[in-house]
Amino acid sequence: MEPVIPIIILALPLTMFLVLGLFGHKMAHRTAGILGTLGMGVTMVLAYITAFTYFFSGSSEFINEEGVRLQSLIFNWDWLAFTDSLVIRLGFLLDPISALMLVVITTISFMVHLYSNGYMRDHHGVWETGFQRFYAFLSLFSFSMLGLVVATNIFQMYIFWELVGASSYLLIGFYYTKPSAVSASKKAFIVTRFADLGFLIGILVLSFYTGTFDFTNFTSVGVEGMANVYQVDITTAEGIRNWIATSPAPVFMGGSVLTWALVLIFMGGMGKSAMMPLHIWLPDAMEGPTPVSALIHAATMVVAGVFLVARLFPLYLMEEAALNIITVVGALTAFYAAMVACTQVDIKRVLAFSTISQIAFMMVSLGVARPEFHHGLGYMAAMFHLFTHAMFKALLFLCAGALIHAIGSNDYTAMHGLRKHMPITHITFLIGCLAIAGIIPFAGFFSKDEILTAVFGQSIFWYIWMSAVAGLTAFYMFRLYYLIFWWKEHKIPEGHHAPHDQPWTMTLPLVILAVISCVAGFVPFGNLVTWNGHPMFESVNFFTNLGALDWSVASISLAVAIVAILLATVMYKKENTLPAKMKNALPALWDWCYHRFYWDELYMFITHKIIFGCISKPIAWFDRHVIDGSMDGMAWVTQRISFAIRGLQSGNIQFYVWVYLIGVILLGAITAVCLI
Amino acid sequence: MDYSQFLAMKQEIALLVVFLLVFLYDTFMPRKALGATSAVTSVLFLLFTVWSFIWGVPADSVEAFAGMYVTSPVCAMIKNILNVGVLIVLIQATSWVNSEFQIVRRGEYYELLLVTLFGMYLMISARHFLLFLIGLESASLPLAAMVAFDKHRYESHEAAVKYLMTAVFSSAIFMMGLSFVYGLSGSLYFEDIAMQLGSQSNTMLVMALAFVVSGLGFKLSLVPFHLWTADVYQGAPTPVTSYLSVISKGAAAFAFLVILVQAFGQFYSQVWEWMLYALIIATITIGNLFAIRQRNMKRFLAFSSISQAGYIMLGVVGCNEMGLAAMMYYILVYIFSNLAAFGVIGAIENKTGMVEMTDYNGLSKTNPWLSFSMTLAMFSLAGIPPFAGFFSKFFIFTSAINQGSIAIYVLVLIALINTIISLYYYLLVVKAMYISPEEPRIGKFRSTCSERVSLWVTVLGIILLGIVSCFYNTIFNAASLSELFGFIA
Repeated sequence: MEPVIPIIILALPLTMFLVLGLFGHKMAHRTAGILGTLGMGVTMVLAYITAFTYFFSGSSEFINEEGVRLQSLIFNWDWLAFTDSLVIRLGFLLDPISALMLVVITTISFMVHLYSNGYMRDHHGVWETGFQRFYAFLSLFSFSMLGLVVATNIFQMYIFWELVGASSYLLIGFYYTKPSAVSASKKAFIVTRFADLGFLIGILVLSFYTGTFDFTNFTSVGVEGMANVYQVDITTAEGIRNWIATSPAPVFMGGSVLTWALVLIFMGGMGKSAMMPLHIWLPDAMEGPTPVSALIHAATMVVAGVFLVARLFPLYLMEEAALNIITVVGALTAFYAAMVACTQVDIKRVLAFSTISQIAFMMVSLGVARPEFHHGLGYMAAMFHLFTHAMFKALLFLCAGALIHAIGSNDYTAMHGLRKHMPITHITFLIGCLAIAGIIPFAGFFSKDEILTAVFGQSIFWYIWMSAVAGLTAFYMFRLYYLIFWWKEHKIPEGHHAPHDQPWTMTLPLVILAVISCVAGFVPFGNLVTWNGHPMFESVNFFTNLGALDWSVASISLAVAIVAILLATVMYKKENTLPAKMKNALPALWDWCYHRFYWDELYMFITHKIIFGCISKPIAWFDRHVIDGSMDGMAWVTQRISFAIRGLQSGNIQFYVWVYLIGVILLGAITAVCLI
Repeated sequence: MDYSQFLAMKQEIALLVVFLLVFLYDTFMPRKALGATSAVTSVLFLLFTVWSFIWGVPADSVEAFAGMYVTSPVCAMIKNILNVGVLIVLIQATSWVNSEFQIVRRGEYYELLLVTLFGMYLMISARHFLLFLIGLESASLPLAAMVAFDKHRYESHEAAVKYLMTAVFSSAIFMMGLSFVYGLSGSLYFEDIAMQLGSQSNTMLVMALAFVVSGLGFKLSLVPFHLWTADVYQGAPTPVTSYLSVISKGAAAFAFLVILVQAFGQFYSQVWEWMLYALIIATITIGNLFAIRQRNMKRFLAFSSISQAGYIMLGVVGCNEMGLAAMMYYILVYIFSNLAAFGVIGAIENKTGMVEMTDYNGLSKTNPWLSFSMTLAMFSLAGIPPFAGFFSKFFIFTSAINQGSIAIYVLVLIALINTIISLYYYLLVVKAMYISPEEPRIGKFRSTCSERVSLWVTVLGIILLGIVSCFYNTIFNAASLSELFGFIA
């Protein structure tokens, strides 16, 4: 494939950022919005062309004779060549997951660009301050995210990873006059930076022992190459474990160095993907404009951690311990977030916790993926769920944006009974809820079912656990749905008109995403995205996914979802006393869930009381009195000296010549002394 | 005589052609056409620069006139680097030479400048001390005239006299050193000197070397041969100061390395390594200490350029291809950073006549773009990532550390401490422009077209030279082909 299109995919959003950032304030609001949207639209079309070429062209660059999909370096430039051996490259890696991510990112980003044209102005058509700046940041974010997924080496990925963090900081803190937005953006930045510390150490350890930054050396083909050298069988996890056991991997604190490196890298992923206990930034990040939440906190940035694990999956396969850690962290997070989501009253927070829970689903799926079980079904399922979740969660967030825009509040107690006033929003939101609850034939059903099948293959315990989480998901989503759209509507005060559907720029993305949420489940993912590129099915048609279902798992999960929805219907369809009764029956549990299990308070206690009080204060004292003192002393001495020698620069030329002569003689003398 | 050997000097000859064209244009064109002198010179020089990049670089080392003159890919590379700097200086000088006081002699500015550049070319390519001396003098004497260009300003005269006197004095010392060397070796060819002297050093040789080093140290304004610098930089017109501070320094640094390596290479570890250590430590530290207290921007940059010369010398310490590459890259980056700073100073001086640091208070409110350029220049000079100055410092420290002795570690450590000190005074300027609460003294104004072009070029250079790696790679490739280090034992 010619590198022209991939270069444009990266360059266009960057150009848009520069143009809108530098000259945006001179443009009309409308022009800036149209320009940004058009730029993203073109990028989206190009990304589709790239992905289509990759998956369906059948070119020998992308697929070999046996039908195995290959990793293809479209280009790979040397960027910083410090020495011959230490070279940092910038490039474009095309493989199943990066092609998938290109589609997801550009689609959602385009929808959000389009949607923001309507969202970022009030009912009278007055534009938000900094509208152009907003589009510039959106373009920067899209650029960073695209650069992250196509990175050819882990260092390039890290650079874009940080850029993503920085641009999301700018977007979350977009309303920078609001103190809560500022502190939320700071919180997100600090927590993810803390996680990135682990990521960076992991990268350094990994590259030190493997001697390479390049992904192509880590992934299946590269691993197979190594296997040929060492004469071991790596088609099964057993063979890989044997290989690890026989290879001289250094050991550090009870784990092999590889395990440590992978766990540290996973820590970076935990930060970005909001896994417990680093999840605390995501609910607060809802302070940003709602389209930003749809883009960053539903579809793209938060799945970066999943993408990272998927990218290094062949390496993780070598270390079962790391995969088990991922499974446990994912399962705990999924359950925790689902519990909390049942009690929140802010519509965006419910969606935020639901996102955490769904991302955790993907993590669990990766954690249980093994090559010997259905060709690594869990890997495929995680990517499938990533795709479908991006679509329906962006849909839900954009619906929430439409509601907030119409009502002017995030609190759903202020909404109630909107189904008559906002029919389009109502229908699309319902589709989103059905999809996330896992009702056939909506997208979420298929992907979630694949995940549960994969979990079932690995462990019955986690299967029951995750099914319970799936039930909770259906429950809290329908609770939200009924509270917003049913119940008795509030009286509209005199002089206000009733809430209504939003302009077409906002409803069109909803409709498109709703349609995708209906049909995305039928995409035969097993033939497109697998961990080693081998297709899962012999031949595909529209009903391949239906045929491939494990109906014993599927019928159970469907039953669980329907029961959960019925329960939600009973409790929340009309205003009644059942919820209050339940709350009173389990006061402690409700309290803990409502306060998000007091994680934030725990962090506050650790940082303020323990770290600040017991460590920082003594250090600060030492810094102020001992270190600053000596530094001030040095500065004072420097000033004194420079004052004292000022007389040397007298302007007297005879004196200059004398100094010159003495200098020559001293120079000779010093050298002569050194010689002797 | 074989006249074809003149072909080896094609860069010099092309430069002479440019000079003659400018000279003829200035002398014989009707008065009406003279308004275009600046444009004509800049365009001619631009053509020459481009030509020299594409066709001026020899494929291999070529010598002429019985080995007195040598050119090679490295020599052509440093000449090209200087050309880029001169081009920027020429563009920056446009509004000054066309000002009321200078307009009658604007041709002279260009002619004198091109002659000194010719002298520097000879310094770079000379492999015989006689030719080198011709280059040195033709690079020095016209500069004195250029320093005295502002006839209506008393300081300009004083600076010129000071420059001339100290230059003559240092030349005298330098020649005395040469006569010692001639007495010891019986030749003025670099190669012959290296062969005749053997590897035995004696006191006579040490003194001779000290004299030679001091002569070159004067051009580079190394401490303690630097005392003229501040007075001359302050007194001279800004376009001359900027020329002095980057081009003259760059050429001298390269010539310095060539002489030390080619003629005295075998005494590296015994004699001049220690001389260099002493000079570098003194230069960086004293330059920094004085820079802290300066309030006049041109004087301030004079001391900053003294300490920068110390960093440039770190490339010589490495005494290998990597050091050479790092030094040339440092010179390139330094040209862009320093010219950005001088560009801003010149623009403000032309418009308002102000050169004190306190005049810059609150500049960002009235002239945000000038303040922005100045800030980038200061960041780059201080070596803050991701600007080019960071990369140039990084490479030059790396090349020095590669040499590997304890003394080098101490030297680099001192240099690093000094970069922190320098950060302080560079940021003083930024602070004055952005943070100082005082009312801005300099009103809003629009700088001239030529000034804006030159600032755009330098700012782009500061941003791109480091991040885009091909610049360093090209220089490194040219340096690794270098023939210079054959004599190192």
